[in-house]
Amino acid sequence: MTSVTIDVNGTSQTRQVEPRLLLVHFLRETLGLTGTHVGCDTSQCGACTVRLDGAAVKSCSLFAVQADGRSVTTIEGLAKDGKLHPMQEGFWEKHGLQCGFCTPGMIISACEILERNPNPTEAEIRQGLEGNLCRCTGYANIVKAVQHAASNMAER
Amino acid sequence: MAATERLFGSSIKRREDPRLITGKGVYVDDVKLPGTTYASFVRSPHAHARINGIDSSAARKLPGVVAVYTGKDLSAGGVKSLPVGWLLPNIKLPPHLPLAVDRARYMGDAVAVVIAESPYVARDAADLVEVDYEPLPVVTDAVRATQAGAPKLHDEAPDNVSFRWSLGDKDKTDAAFRGAARVVKEHLVNHRLIPNAIEPRAALASANPATGEIILWVTTQNPHVHRLLMAAFVLGIPEHKLRVISPDVGGGFGSKIFVYPEECAVTWASRTLGRPVKWTAERRESFMTDAHGRDHQTDAEMALDADGHILALRVKSTVNLGAYLSLFAPSVPTYLYGTLLAGAYTTPAIHVEVTGAFTNTTPVDAYRGAGRPEACYVVERMVDLAAKELGVDPVELRRRNFIGPDQFPYQTPVAVMYDSGNYAAALDKALEILNYGAFRREQDKLRQQGRYLGVGFSTYVEACGLAPSQVAGALGAQAGLYESATVRVHPTGKVTVFTGSHSHGQGHETTFAQVAADELGLPMEDIEIVHGDTGQVPFGMGTYGSRSGPVGAAAVHMSLQKIKDKGKKIAAHLLEASENDVVYEGGKFSVKGSPNRFKTFGDVALMAYLAHNLPKGLEPGLEAISFFDPGNFVFPFGTHIAVVEVERETGKVKLVRYIAVDDLGRVINPMIVDGMVQGGIVQGVAQALWEEAIYDENGQLVTGSMMNYALPKADDVVTAELARTETPTPVNPLGVKGAGETGTIASTAAVANAVLDALGPFGIKHLDMPFTPGKVWEAIRSSGR
Repeated sequence: MTSVTIDVNGTSQTRQVEPRLLLVHFLRETLGLTGTHVGCDTSQCGACTVRLDGAAVKSCSLFAVQADGRSVTTIEGLAKDGKLHPMQEGFWEKHGLQCGFCTPGMIISACEILERNPNPTEAEIRQGLEGNLCRCTGYANIVKAVQHAASNMAER
Repeated sequence: MAATERLFGSSIKRREDPRLITGKGVYVDDVKLPGTTYASFVRSPHAHARINGIDSSAARKLPGVVAVYTGKDLSAGGVKSLPVGWLLPNIKLPPHLPLAVDRARYMGDAVAVVIAESPYVARDAADLVEVDYEPLPVVTDAVRATQAGAPKLHDEAPDNVSFRWSLGDKDKTDAAFRGAARVVKEHLVNHRLIPNAIEPRAALASANPATGEIILWVTTQNPHVHRLLMAAFVLGIPEHKLRVISPDVGGGFGSKIFVYPEECAVTWASRTLGRPVKWTAERRESFMTDAHGRDHQTDAEMALDADGHILALRVKSTVNLGAYLSLFAPSVPTYLYGTLLAGAYTTPAIHVEVTGAFTNTTPVDAYRGAGRPEACYVVERMVDLAAKELGVDPVELRRRNFIGPDQFPYQTPVAVMYDSGNYAAALDKALEILNYGAFRREQDKLRQQGRYLGVGFSTYVEACGLAPSQVAGALGAQAGLYESATVRVHPTGKVTVFTGSHSHGQGHETTFAQVAADELGLPMEDIEIVHGDTGQVPFGMGTYGSRSGPVGAAAVHMSLQKIKDKGKKIAAHLLEASENDVVYEGGKFSVKGSPNRFKTFGDVALMAYLAHNLPKGLEPGLEAISFFDPGNFVFPFGTHIAVVEVERETGKVKLVRYIAVDDLGRVINPMIVDGMVQGGIVQGVAQALWEEAIYDENGQLVTGSMMNYALPKADDVVTAELARTETPTPVNPLGVKGAGETGTIASTAAVANAVLDALGPFGIKHLDMPFTPGKVWEAIRSSGR
């Protein structure tokens, strides 16, 4: 076992972990933050996407020890003071989800897309979401959700 | 409909979403219980092998391992075969044990299960279980499996055939072919697909040794069906002691209908150990063990007269069932397939023969559309091939053969009676969106420049809400196909609706509340929808075959009428009026002509529970249960148009445009329906262009992960242009048809027709899907043009 200290959604968390413990299992099993999902075992689906020091990463492909001393934001950390993040609002407003399983990872990735490019074209949004699979929506409303969020974030 | 109607037809934002967009949804793998142990399955790496022995001693010695069970342990513990829910005449039903005993029959067949204190230890220990396999000859192709000398899977089916089934008038069909001016023939392969709901299957069983009660959280589309089948057939435990909870479920597409080995094994293990046991599939397990879809090989022949009227259709399909019969496997390539072969056309004679064969592959069962996409593909491809053969525009040939709007109800030659339709109206609307004439001119122009655009049509008809139960039973269903709904009015006038339908993305918590709120004239906030828990919902058949709207919501509607009827009795008594003079509107029971003499819904609800002043003989309480068993299927229809461009140099097919005009009857929530249609279209497009399950000659699943099975990504597709016509169905009181599968049913054929249209200049008549660049490039190259 080894000790890790990871800032998760603004709270410092110190735990003893197995060196092989995946970051996603640290979040889900050790901390009980079950909003981050596991959809595959080959890092294709993106359901496990979280922000690691601001970068969107697949938490199924990192060990918890690799996040030691760093900061992680999960879907649970997006809403502030009971107010949804504009990206969350976009997904709700534009029906960007059906079963909701890919949604946390999708929202996290979409946030990063807008931080890199606040006013993306549809093609840029679609390219940006290549690492996240959705089986329900056909992506049409996810694209609209991201556009909605982009427009709202530009106004603020 | 009530005059107070206001939510029905509105794009209300979903009530499910606040929890799902904040990470507060609860899926099976999110449920945590103290003392939980974790299961990992040992699976056969061989597609076919004798099991000469299993040595689990090394696994048992690993610290943290609680138990290792084999198929023999389960059999000794009373575990029986998984059941089959649809029986055809003379069907062969070899047993399907949750853990294979003596022989593994497909790659991934579970042979043992390890239970440990942590999932990591369980996985480590599973690798330590030593199985002595003796590989046996393998057959993966269904046609090959039925031929002499093929390896045999089951003693019960020595020719690997589970069933031979036919439908339609053979003599009439043969006669029509003899008199035909033109006959078009083609061999059509509808290849195998892997469902890939993004949430892997999972099960958590918690048995209480003191009470004998078991709670099973499981990713199921039909929790009551799971409970009944597991209790009565597999585990032999009292049904009332098993509670099945299907919480938030991350997509199903059919793959979560069936009772699988894993939930049976963990439930048995939890009873045996007296501790909770959890299993969550890894994606590689989803690929290997979630029931696959499609896998038909078909010889189709269409007979036409000189004017292009279809005279007859003859279809012979050999369908791959996989290694075992999955729960509804027999119904999918038969009654859900053969009955749709008339399509939208007046074809007077149809005959279909289906042979269902066992092979050393993952079991095949219902996958989004289930039999209907296969039927649509046969019909719509054959119509296009006929149009080409006759030199008639494919739109014109369709129009010439459409069932007319004045011909409903329409009895097809393949058993079903279409309830309603106006096929030309949907086609016209779609053509208008496309601007067909302009498209053809543009296509010609671009061809001169070496660019190859194609347009494909699919003027589909599909069937949802399989019914009625009596007919389904006569055809072999081992279940009723009604749906139940309980409406419980609380003393404060708040309402809980318990539905037997199950939402795994469809948004019932919103749409069913819209229906209930409208009928009761109450705000949606006063209505709660409960589903997915056998401990709360009295009974249910679940969600598949696009049945939640036409059957499930209709059952809710029935119970609401009963609530209003009883409410009227109470209100009439309180208002000292005749029951016939009481009207209910806007949440108030009032006396006809005296709107100021009223009792609110809440007043009446309170009195129903106080029971201080009720009509003589009326029971207290305000609650109703209904079982809606529709008189028929409903038949959504429409026209889908795909526009593609084929790149000559690479063979790459690009989806350029997609237009869908669907008639789904009345629509409860257009936003939700459009969302399902968009998603369904992409799933069907993906079959035509990318997705394909491939086994090698040894039965190894080559496309066994998301790295080599081409699921559609955001960048691969376009947003479809959607429109609707609205022909309400008379089959249910809401006038709604199903909406969940139309996209998938229609789109595969539309894209295939578009690709072949684009390839017309190369003289390519037909290619089997998926139209991968290599295949298309090779076909262009071979054409020599």
